[in-house]
Order: sequence, then structure tokens, then C-alpha cells
Amino acid sequence: MFLWIIQRDLLLAMRRRADVLTTLFFFIIVVSLFPLGVGPEMNMLRIMAPGVVWVAALLASMLSLGRMFSGDHLDGTLEQMLISPQSLSLLVLGKALAHWLVTGVPLVLMAPVLGIQYDLPADALLVLTASLLLGTPVLSLIGAIGAALTLGLRGGGVLVSLLVLPLYIPILIFGAGAVEASTAGLGAGAHMSLLGAFLLASLVLAPWTAAVSLRISME
Amino acid sequence: MIWTSLSDFLDMGGYGFYVWGSYLVFLICIAGEIILVSNRKRTLLKHLSLIHQSTKQEKRNETSS
Amino acid sequence: MAINWFKYSSPASFYFLAGKMIPFFSIAAVILCLAGLYIGFFVAPTDFQQGEAYRIIFIHVPAAWMSMFLYVVMAMWSGIGLAFNTRLSSMVATAIAPTGAMFTFLALWTGALWGKPMWGTWWVWDARLTSELILLFLYIGFMSLQAAIDDPRRADKAGAMIALVGVVNVPIIYFSVKWWNTLHQGASVSLTQSPKMATTMLTGMLIMSLACWMYAIAMVLIRTRAVILERERHTAWVGELQGAA
Repeated sequence: MFLWIIQRDLLLAMRRRADVLTTLFFFIIVVSLFPLGVGPEMNMLRIMAPGVVWVAALLASMLSLGRMFSGDHLDGTLEQMLISPQSLSLLVLGKALAHWLVTGVPLVLMAPVLGIQYDLPADALLVLTASLLLGTPVLSLIGAIGAALTLGLRGGGVLVSLLVLPLYIPILIFGAGAVEASTAGLGAGAHMSLLGAFLLASLVLAPWTAAVSLRISME
Repeated sequence: MIWTSLSDFLDMGGYGFYVWGSYLVFLICIAGEIILVSNRKRTLLKHLSLIHQSTKQEKRNETSS
Repeated sequence: MAINWFKYSSPASFYFLAGKMIPFFSIAAVILCLAGLYIGFFVAPTDFQQGEAYRIIFIHVPAAWMSMFLYVVMAMWSGIGLAFNTRLSSMVATAIAPTGAMFTFLALWTGALWGKPMWGTWWVWDARLTSELILLFLYIGFMSLQAAIDDPRRADKAGAMIALVGVVNVPIIYFSVKWWNTLHQGASVSLTQSPKMATTMLTGMLIMSLACWMYAIAMVLIRTRAVILERERHTAWVGELQGAA
């Protein structure tokens, strides 16, 4: 059932490839806009790079949160899922993972290319990619709570950003901090283990919270 | 007594802008909140009394007819 | 003492109880506020380090305390409302949010006006300041979520979820920002070493905190009454209320 959900969501995403590409291009455009805004000095860009890439990743993964449940809500699949004997938390976990595979993974793959735009050294690129790999699933998991709470509300898209962005702050701090620490020669180990801890904690807590929120929204 | 005159009090040892700026905004916020809440209550009560009167009217019409 | 506390968990009886309690808390707030301001401006001596600017402390610290305390109380009532399905506790949580947000804003505002003469800057990215700002975002998120939902029961529960998620996250956010800040020792303004306070200053500050507390309670009670009236407008007891008035 869990795998079935992922498979199904991936299939749906492949049918509507434009949505996936929109998120990815949004990420690329935001990152590319910054040098045009602050000027082309490489030294400054190199310092800014981790923060810019991470903030763009937060915004991009948030952009598609609204679609996580709304499609299933509209065609009635979600109600079937709620009354199915399967644990709802597991279903939510499946949907969050599918969301990550569709939006998070392309960002992770794209990040090194964008890092080159900012003249990041090779090891920093590696750390940036690794930190995104650990951090973006957390974004999808926390985002699932926000998406579940704002399901079917008018102005849900803006609202979800208001709810979810403050909760993303620790991820942003440690994700961007990992890259900065490695360029400063401190080693990114501590940041990476904290990101890993966040990932584990949100894997356990977020699906359950989002499942409770879904039940509230569907009552 | 710390203050020798009113202007001395208002000056706050050169920090008048900061001290009174804080206290003024504090006052404005609290006054604003009180006004907002009492307005909300007043409109609500007015609304409720309208409903009440109309239902009373209906009842009277029902009994008289 | 066999008081039936559950009696007061019904909105109707709470409405009348709150009506009796509001004058008491309002008067207490006014008296405490006057006493606190008198101590703050006329009894407390000039600080030898900060001059007169420290007098902002009498509203800044109470506002900051109330902002955090009210969020925790709000989350607690939300949690109770969610767990025991009591309408009244959710209504109280809804009523707390605007007052909490106002105190958060005031803590930021007075902090900026205090920071400018003391550290030469309106704002530093210190852990405390940043967390306070994020607290304001959390309050605003809670209120906007509740405002966007038309069905009051769903609004209560959804708000409760976001309040509880927020209360779990506030410590995490605080420590992340703290760690982040120690890593970026750029603008090094040490806020931790507070000046030694005279006892009169401390007394004034505590009295002002109590005043803010009383004010917040009075405000929350008034707003809860308004929320009760809104939600229960079709019930018999509200109709009777109008008939009597």
C-alpha cells in the first residue's frame, strides 16, 4: 500500500510533467536572479551561495505543497484513503516521500550546477548537495502538515507558506551552515548529523501530525 | 526626587525619544486593542438584538394571525 | 470545597462568570500599572551605565515575558480543546492569540528603541530577537489559519495543531538561531551581561509584569465572551440575554 501510493503519485506526476518542471525552473530562476540583484563580485557570491540556494530550495519545495493532497481531495481518493484500514500516517508518509521524489530530488540534482554559477569549490558543492539531500525530505514532511491543515481553504497557497516557513528555519540554518562550515575548514559533520536528526525526528512525528490534521480538515 | 522640572522629565537624560517612543506605542497598542474589542462586542450585541427583535416580531405575527 | 469546575466549562456559565471577573482584573491592571509606572519613573534611580534609557525595561521585559507565556498558554488550551473536545478551551485559545501577538510586537518595538541608544543599532540578529520575531510569525500564522476557516470546529482544531507544532518548534528554533549566531560572530553585541539591577528597578519591573498579566487576563476574558456570543448566537440562552437587556 505504501509503495503503491508512491508509485501512483509518481505516475500522476509523470503524466503532468509540466508541474515538476515548473518547480525546478522556479528554483533555477530564483537562484539566478540573486547575482543580478547584488552584483557579480565572485567573492561575495561565494559567501552568499549556500544561503541563496537553500532559501530558493525552501521556496521551491513549498510551491508545490498545495498539490500534495488537493488532487486526491477533489477526486475523492482522499476520502477513500481516510476510511481504508491502512494507517493514515503511513499513507501520508508515502505521499510526502512522493512529493520529495518529484520536487526535492530534482533540486538536489540541480544544486551543483547552480553552485558552479556561484563559483563554489568542488568540496563545497559536494557538501551543498549532501545537505540538500538530507534536508529536502524534512521540508516535504513538515510541509505535509501545512498542506493537510490548509486543505481546501481559499488562499491556501499563501497561508501554507505563512504556516510552514517559520518551521523551516532550523533546516535552513543547518543546511546552509553545513556548506559555510566546510568552506571555513571546520568540517560539516556536526551540521550534517543535526540535519540527519531532524530527518529522523520528522520521519517519526510529521506523518502522524499530518494524518491528524488531515482528519481534522476532512471532518 | 529625580526630576527637577517637567522638561527634565520629558528629556529623560537625552533619551526622551527612545523612552517616550516606547511608552507611546505601548499606550497606542493597548488603547487600540481595547477599542477594537469593545467595537466588536458592540456590533455583535447590536446584531444579536436585531435578530432577537425580528424573531419576537415573527412570533407575535404568528400568534396574532 | 466541592466546586463543580465542569459547570464553568459550559460557554453559557463561563460567559456570566467572566462577566463578573472582568472588572476585578481590569481594576487590578490599572492600579498595578499606575504603581509600576510611579516606581519606574519616580522611585527607581538613574542607572549609572545606561542613564535614563533603561526605563524602557519596565515595559520591554513584561511584554517579552507575556509574549512567550501567552503562546504557551494558548498552546495548552488548544491542546486541552483538542484532547477533551471542549469548545470553551479552544475559544480561550482563539481569544489569547491577538493579545499575544500584540505583546510580541511591543517587545520587538521597545527592544529596537532600547537597542538603538545602547548598542547603536535598531536590530541585531541575536537568538532572542530572532526567536521573538519568529514567535510573531507563529502568532500570525495561527490567526490567519483560523481566520481562513469558516467552520468554527475545524478552525479550533486546525489552530490547535499549528499551535502545538509551534510550541514544539520554538525551543528548536531558539537553539538553532543561537548556534547560528555564535558561529557568525560578526556584529558582536553581547546581550547576555545585563547590568546589575537595583531592587527598586526589579520591583517596578515585576509590578509592571503583574499589570500586563492582569490586563492580558481581562482582555482574553472580554474577547472570549465576544467569541462565545458569536458562536452561540442561535442558542436559547443568548436569546434570553437579549430579552433581559
